[in-house]
Amino acid sequence: MSFDIGLTLLVLAVAAWTIAARETFVAVVGFVAYGLLLAFVWVRLAAPDVALTEAALGSGLTGGLLIGASSRLRRSQSPAAEEAPGVVLKAAAAVLSILVSAGLAAIVLLLPDPAPTLAPQAAASIAATGLGNPVTAVLMAYRAIDTLLEIVVLLLALVGIWSLAPDRDWGRRLDRRGSTDPVSVLTFVAQLLVPVGIIVGIHIFWVGSVAPGGEFQGATILATMWTLASMAGLVSAAAVTRRWLRLVLTIGPAVFLAIGLAGFALAGAFLAYPKSHAKLMILVIEIPVTLSIAATLALLVAGPPERARQ
Amino acid sequence: MTATLYGFCAAVLVGLGLFGLIVHPQPLRKILAFNLIGGGVFLLFGAVARRGAAAGFGGDPVPQALVITGLVVAFAATALAVALLLRLTGAARQAGLRSDG
Repeated sequence: MSFDIGLTLLVLAVAAWTIAARETFVAVVGFVAYGLLLAFVWVRLAAPDVALTEAALGSGLTGGLLIGASSRLRRSQSPAAEEAPGVVLKAAAAVLSILVSAGLAAIVLLLPDPAPTLAPQAAASIAATGLGNPVTAVLMAYRAIDTLLEIVVLLLALVGIWSLAPDRDWGRRLDRRGSTDPVSVLTFVAQLLVPVGIIVGIHIFWVGSVAPGGEFQGATILATMWTLASMAGLVSAAAVTRRWLRLVLTIGPAVFLAIGLAGFALAGAFLAYPKSHAKLMILVIEIPVTLSIAATLALLVAGPPERARQ
Repeated sequence: MTATLYGFCAAVLVGLGLFGLIVHPQPLRKILAFNLIGGGVFLLFGAVARRGAAAGFGGDPVPQALVITGLVVAFAATALAVALLLRLTGAARQAGLRSDG
């Protein structure tokens, strides 16, 4: 219990620091630490799958994205930075925030007892799928439609980002400001870490059927490794107009949708799997989905195609 | 007991993030504060999931799966917001250069 109290205080202190920090870059670093601490909290809440996602995606990939953005914005000081809010606005915001927090705390205290739970229903569907990890079973069978829609949302976000590309840069390779120095620390770390990271990513994906892990966690690690290699200048992405790139991005949702529609014929409902082959079909969905998610996440971090900045 | 403690933690996190979202004028800080709120909301789900432990699981797997979905969508939204912000800053800078010259 004392560990939980200490962890809570630490999370709140880092969150307050993220809000209070004067420099945006410092705030972003605080946010990365906040994400890693939240991953500990998820472990304490008996949710190791969420902990993995939080550490890889909420802290790692989001942190990388925000650090990149803050360093680019620092070079172009925005005039909006001068408009500090007045004392009245700050006081009103503080009162509102305290009210919202108090309301949520009251809801936490007033939660019904015994707590309503869908765990028994989820457990019933696990037996039918042959999976050992309840969260993967929920994502791939019990609530598969959520997962399908989520992958489509990822693709839509990528379309949104690509649509921000200036006309003259459309079709260029997604060159990041990769260091070209072959003996730099970044290149060394990338050469050392990326092969290990790829193995870890595939492993996390593969064990997801029986242990904490799964396609989102594995795909995030793979996307992070690609981002690291591209930052070090070891790889560069193809132009967004290339057909094979589009194929990699869409094959996951396409296979998912095709098997979902096949469910009508095989088991009588959308996204229903025939009992005898449930695990095999989930695996057939998961492999292309992992590939598509990894590519989409990496391209979301890379941003719209733009001319290389000096 | 643990669930209630982290539930309170989540409530305070949402408040902190909301405060930051209102008072920070810089767009990137607003995106950051919004993600802080998101972390708090997901943690509320986690507290509810922990209370719903049953059928031999440490927590209700349905809200946990929803949080994983939520984290991925939150990342996609953040990436889109950051891309919009960078494009806006780039366009503003170009416009500024043209009017100066």
